[in-house]
Amino acid sequence: MKKWIIPAILFLTLLGITAWMTSLGSVGVFRMAPAGRVLTATWKHLQLVLAAEILAILVGVPIGFMLTRRSFRAVGPIIMGIVNIGQTVPTLALIGIVTLLLGMGFTAALVGLFIYALLPIVRNTYAGILSVDPAIKEASLGMGMTKSQVTLRVELPLARPVLIAGIRTSTVVNVGTAAVAGMIGAGGLGELIMTGLAVRVTEMILQGAAPAAALAIALDALLGGVEAWMTPRGLRRTSTSTKRQRKTRSVLADGSL
Amino acid sequence: MIRLEQVCKVFADGTEAVKDLSLEIAEGEFCVFLGPSGCGKTTSLKMINRLIPLTSGTIYIQGEDTRTRNVNQLRRDIGYAIQNIGLFPHLTVRQNIATVPRLLGWPKTRQKQRAMELLEVVGMDAATYVDRYPSELSGGQQQRVGVARCLGADPPILLMDEPFGAIDPITRSKLQDEFLKIQEHLKKTIAFVTHDINEAIKMGDTIALMKSGELVQYAPPATLLSEPKTRFVRDFVGADRVLKGLRLLRARDVMIDPELTLPLNMGVSAARQALAASSEQWALALDTEGRFRGWIEAEDLVDAPETLDDALTPAVATAGPSTPINEVLSLMLASTTGSVPVLDDHDRLLGLVSFDTIRDVLAPPTDRGAL
Repeated sequence: MKKWIIPAILFLTLLGITAWMTSLGSVGVFRMAPAGRVLTATWKHLQLVLAAEILAILVGVPIGFMLTRRSFRAVGPIIMGIVNIGQTVPTLALIGIVTLLLGMGFTAALVGLFIYALLPIVRNTYAGILSVDPAIKEASLGMGMTKSQVTLRVELPLARPVLIAGIRTSTVVNVGTAAVAGMIGAGGLGELIMTGLAVRVTEMILQGAAPAAALAIALDALLGGVEAWMTPRGLRRTSTSTKRQRKTRSVLADGSL
Repeated sequence: MIRLEQVCKVFADGTEAVKDLSLEIAEGEFCVFLGPSGCGKTTSLKMINRLIPLTSGTIYIQGEDTRTRNVNQLRRDIGYAIQNIGLFPHLTVRQNIATVPRLLGWPKTRQKQRAMELLEVVGMDAATYVDRYPSELSGGQQQRVGVARCLGADPPILLMDEPFGAIDPITRSKLQDEFLKIQEHLKKTIAFVTHDINEAIKMGDTIALMKSGELVQYAPPATLLSEPKTRFVRDFVGADRVLKGLRLLRARDVMIDPELTLPLNMGVSAARQALAASSEQWALALDTEGRFRGWIEAEDLVDAPETLDDALTPAVATAGPSTPINEVLSLMLASTTGSVPVLDDHDRLLGLVSFDTIRDVLAPPTDRGAL
């Protein structure tokens, strides 16, 4: 119960700040964005994040999975290294590079966010599948499961909690990253923040930043619920056979891998 | 029936894991692959269900070359249990046990029925456990489910790789006993891997003792213990192999007819005369139905008790016909009697096991020097 309280308070506070800033109407000579525009911007922001996320899942899960297969075993760690380095490229730099290649606008922002979302998903899929106890895989094969049955009935269900943790991380991070996309004219809450920055009105910055933060908290809570719901019941309790998985999962959830 | 013919396995790194292994496991026979770690016993087992491909040689199951069969079909016809149990943590006990039946496309109701049935077979209350997850079971219970799972589709052949390896000795011994009892009814053809000589002796009809990829001796446990082929076998079975051999013998195998039995309703003086005539110090007292009641000692008759009942020394130790001799010996040592009567389920006297009979069976006079 308790772990819900702090995010809930934060969420409501941020909503309150947004409403307050919007109700100001104008600060000095500058007019604040009307409520309608804040809503459309939030919606656009969400669209950007979700579109990038869905693309990243469609591409990242198969890549992460392929890297665990025997034929890619050797290159797996190398690619994972590159992926991890990729994650350290600053958001601004990445968006800049993408803009150079694709110009300004929604598409460029989408591609940038997609690349950013891809990395945690590939990494967690890879680690999640590798964390499945080899004894369990061997037992599956030994009982006569085909390779695809082992994947669908054993590996993926067991890796699912880790995989969803990856999606959760990348979604939440991307809500923040999407704000930067406002810079290249992709719309969203970033646009409000940019305007505020340009004219140096803190209230205008807050009017864009507070709903973005609220969005991140809401998505995090939502995906946390999905994660718990999608975790097979047998994996939820303490047990010796899943300790290894549990460890992987907590490490990945912390994002400290 | 499983037949291995000149089976060799050379791994990619050049290790020769199994060298020219040929042996046959007869229908309904329990064969134990025994040996130190790295001797190739697990590799041999996994070649039977093709988890590890053969380098050369052939393995036949029911006369059919395993390589001619679809590998998944082949494996579904062979029960497989492993040391780490390998239960699916995300599936219930029922789903775990019904793994192979599900692969074979059994209807749902039959899968469930089979799971309930097998839980009872392995001594677990089906209604309580069928919907639990492996993490909600103790280690011993998980092993039981592992055994139930390998019996899932009632395969004629079982491959078991140290299935009782990961549990405490007491639970292990209990599971071994229960599994032997199950096997008595099921008569599966079993290949069983262990590094534990005691487990091998207890469980196996035959033991295939291996050393660095080679079969050193393939024989029933008693033969392995009494006629070790090489020094390695002798060392591996241990210096106490004679004591180990004791558990292979049952009371019924070594018991002799008692020298003297007395009916309890006999007169005291007649009993005294009978004892004197036989030159024995003790006699076994039986009631009219032939049930063993206790010992009559010559000394106790000296004071002229009124009936034999008054002179009766109740028996401290008795054995059943299938009690292993190591237990009988232990009873003897604990009760300080020189012999233990063997009784059937209704306490009727079947025979007597004494110190001397055990010694004579273990070491026939001609052999004694060799031990």
